[in-house]
Amino acid sequence: MHVLEFSGVVFAVSAAAGCLGSLTGLGGGVVITPVLTLLLGVDLHFAMGATLVSVIATSSGAAAAYVREGFSNVRVGMFLEIATTAGAVIGAHLVAAVPVPALAIIFGTMLLYSAWQSLKGPPPDKEPQPDPLAVRLKLNSTYPGRAGIVAYGVSRVKSGFGLMFGAGLLSGLLGIGSGAMKVIAMDQVMRIPFKVSTTTSNFMIGVTAAASAGIYLRRGYIHPNLAMPVMLGVLAGSLAGARLLAGARVRVLRRLFALVIGALAVEMIYSSLTGGLK
Amino acid sequence: MTDQKLEQIVGSLLRTGVAAAAAVVFAGGVWYVATGAAGIADYHRFRPETRGLHSMFTLPGPQVVILLGLLLLIITPIARVGFALVAFALERDWAYVAITLAVLGVLLYSIGVG
Repeated sequence: MHVLEFSGVVFAVSAAAGCLGSLTGLGGGVVITPVLTLLLGVDLHFAMGATLVSVIATSSGAAAAYVREGFSNVRVGMFLEIATTAGAVIGAHLVAAVPVPALAIIFGTMLLYSAWQSLKGPPPDKEPQPDPLAVRLKLNSTYPGRAGIVAYGVSRVKSGFGLMFGAGLLSGLLGIGSGAMKVIAMDQVMRIPFKVSTTTSNFMIGVTAAASAGIYLRRGYIHPNLAMPVMLGVLAGSLAGARLLAGARVRVLRRLFALVIGALAVEMIYSSLTGGLK
Repeated sequence: MTDQKLEQIVGSLLRTGVAAAAAVVFAGGVWYVATGAAGIADYHRFRPETRGLHSMFTLPGPQVVILLGLLLLIITPIARVGFALVAFALERDWAYVAITLAVLGVLLYSIGVG
């Protein structure tokens, strides 16, 4: 394909993914890598590099919008960032050591999991069990609820920290934000309210992705000419998605998006098993 | 400084960073497409052309501009962590100053300063 045509197609695909990603809250980055590799024949490393860059753009853009609402917990985010950034740096170094078909299979498995996870939807709020470590680290906080300020506690700090290392590792290894896994760690393990978990995860995604981006840049995974339409497309799409959010039927969209993700996952695993991805 | 004021500054820091990065990447993209529209886009095989910051001197002009925009984007969350460091120091919360320094250390190692 010629440069103009190719850049246009990549921009359009990325904009669609970014729009769906912000409408459903799943992040668009996760579908771009399989679309670039499976449909446009882009090398997996280049696709991962371009996606990682777009992940930083959308998470910082969304974090800017959320920061005023007072939902995100900066202490929880910063403390857990030690685990995610360390994981991300190790993951990014591992990319060179893992063969492409194996990377694609890990990617596909992660996609299948997040498709399944998004079908389940957010779980109901629950009673946290107090963790003395949370008190010592001043993690317990408040958020603006419908009926005034709501106080919440943080449970199982150590398990959450461990899971965050895993989220960072996957983020660096696959060039994704791994927002779904971050939300699970905070929401289901550490019992932080869902709204606080999602916005804090958003703050963390950008920092985690920046930790692998430096290594991706040095290894040459980030190709400027490919990253350009992906980043601009995802950003434009997610801004449009945020505008549309008020009138959207999110549940239907989530199902649709989960279906797309699931199909891409199966295709990705199938292609790598049959030697289609090298 | 109040927390609300801090949050407003962080919000505009993030917004400005992303907007500036997008503008620079867009400018580089227009230049790239305008000069090379007829060329063939080929990413089938991995060939590491851009090896970190040294490639600034070897790459063609449009790519350098795009790369500069991408660097701005990568620096944005790092600046946000730097900002949190200042905020924790102003609060005299030394435990969190140490935690934030650790995160900043990993980030700076990654972009190759350390």
